[in-house]
Amino acid sequence: MASETLATRERRGSLLGWFRADTFEGVRRQRAILGYLFLLPAFIGLVAFVVGPMFVSFGLSFYRWNIFKPPDPIGIANFQRLLTDSRLPGIYANTLFLVVGTVFITQVLALTLALGVTKLRSRKLAYFLRTSWFLPVLMSGAAVGVTLSYLFQREFGPINYYLGVIGIDRVPWMTSASTVMWTIIITAVWKNLGFIFVIYLGAVTNIPQEILDAADVDGAHGWRRLWTVTLPLISPIMLFATVINVIGAMQIFDEPQIMTRGGPGDGSRTAVMYMYEVAFKEQEFGYGSAIAVTLFIAILIVTGIQFLLSKRWVFYG
Amino acid sequence: MAGTTTTVVHERHTVNPLDRPWGHWLQTAFLIFIGLLTLMPLLWVISTSFRTLRDSFTVPPVWIHFDFDFSNYQSVFDTIPFLHMLKNSFYYAGGAVIGGAVTSALAGYAFARLQFRGRGVLFWVVLSTMMVPGQMTIIPVYILMGVKYLNLVNTIWSLIVPSVFTAFGIFLLRQYFRQIPGDYEESALIDGANQWQIFRRIYLPLAAPGIAILSILTFNSRWNDYFTPLVFINSQHAMPITMGLVELQGEWSTGSIAVVFAGIVLSVIPVIVVYIFGQRYLLEGLMMGGIKG
Repeated sequence: MASETLATRERRGSLLGWFRADTFEGVRRQRAILGYLFLLPAFIGLVAFVVGPMFVSFGLSFYRWNIFKPPDPIGIANFQRLLTDSRLPGIYANTLFLVVGTVFITQVLALTLALGVTKLRSRKLAYFLRTSWFLPVLMSGAAVGVTLSYLFQREFGPINYYLGVIGIDRVPWMTSASTVMWTIIITAVWKNLGFIFVIYLGAVTNIPQEILDAADVDGAHGWRRLWTVTLPLISPIMLFATVINVIGAMQIFDEPQIMTRGGPGDGSRTAVMYMYEVAFKEQEFGYGSAIAVTLFIAILIVTGIQFLLSKRWVFYG
Repeated sequence: MAGTTTTVVHERHTVNPLDRPWGHWLQTAFLIFIGLLTLMPLLWVISTSFRTLRDSFTVPPVWIHFDFDFSNYQSVFDTIPFLHMLKNSFYYAGGAVIGGAVTSALAGYAFARLQFRGRGVLFWVVLSTMMVPGQMTIIPVYILMGVKYLNLVNTIWSLIVPSVFTAFGIFLLRQYFRQIPGDYEESALIDGANQWQIFRRIYLPLAAPGIAILSILTFNSRWNDYFTPLVFINSQHAMPITMGLVELQGEWSTGSIAVVFAGIVLSVIPVIVVYIFGQRYLLEGLMMGGIKG
């Protein structure tokens, strides 16, 4: 402040002088005001379309409301209905099975592919394979659902044709309650494998070669080196990849909606599909919100558990 | 130093069984097998889309055989208002990209480089909205878009407006702005630049790779979105292409498979083009989530 001239001190009195760029204080104030201005559009948007609606969803779950009648506060009746809704246990079981199956297969396969492709000597082959695995990620869930619904078609679908060639009877992929969830899992793995693979590829290529060489010198090769060196080194990214994989799988909607529309019966209906049906087909916004709330809480709990468990297996160098 | 490394590498190749030729071949065969599993359905889609109606659904399936019959592509445009739907998808994805880039760049810069009271708390609030799934907000947003309030249902605006605001975009660009050294700002101040110019002329261009990553991720996710349009749109002329594909297939798969596949090929082209040009940014964006998360 010693360098302040008399002139700047005088200017301070006026409103404009308050923001003058030739004093430290003025610049600081300018930057603070600019900070609020820059945040304003994003903040208004987030409040209007994310934060606000989230609280409204919580609120709506205590109302009975469809578009034709005014909202009617019914306390916790929607949540009591959740407990007695005979369709829900099956739907939640489907969702759980889908999440566990999809995440397990995707994680193991994606990690295997990432470890394998970095060892390939042919760069061209590595590039070709990477691109092949990634292509389904670029497609929409709608395009994937439509394509695979023809592929899994019972009478004329290519998959059943090839199974027939090796002597297996036609599998009712999308029309039997006992197989339909497997079909959805295969579809979800096919669609998302490339995404998780790319995350692991980044992790594996980031491991310093010196560390792997040092492990070799110490006599850790092959499986042993994988378990004691490679996996611990990438464990933070394994946590990240699993968490986003689980959150994504809990929200799968497009593929089953298009392939089976939840059928046969409720055989492939997931929690999101049920929420969609209740809220937008039956126009029951209150009960639909209650289902959305349970889904949100389930996501929070599952993610929380993953982070808690991660203390046992994730290694932060 | 170089000498020791060479011997180590040599030793590794002689000891590790997975690096022996047979192990390596087995691994490579497995990788190619998985590659074929992901690629074959796509080849089937493309080649079927070029086949005449009579040959389209054959047993045994024909994977690679091109008739170069473009009539199916013509049928796509005759069956549904396909051009309209393409245009809708472009508006939806483009609007989300532009709106998202502008609001996220401003907010990201504020969080990364400007000091103001409450910055930490506000940033925490923004981050916590990342945890909220879209299904949790869609019912109130639908009501907000309805006749009573904004009256935007069945217009492309009901899709664009809510998708502009993402905590993810703000977080991503904040990380980019933080990586840029603060020295530039001091020299710009000495040269007489004002705060807006410092943002617009110095920091914004330097954060271009981050904006590219955000734009590509946003474009892909909005172009491929099916859930939101299914809720907000019910007239064919306002539908984006994802809904168009399902229209093409028909309620009981009554549509011709070759025509449906032609529609799929057409719908994927823009995403493939974006991927070809923005591959580096897209892959970097996806990996960055992993490395910095």
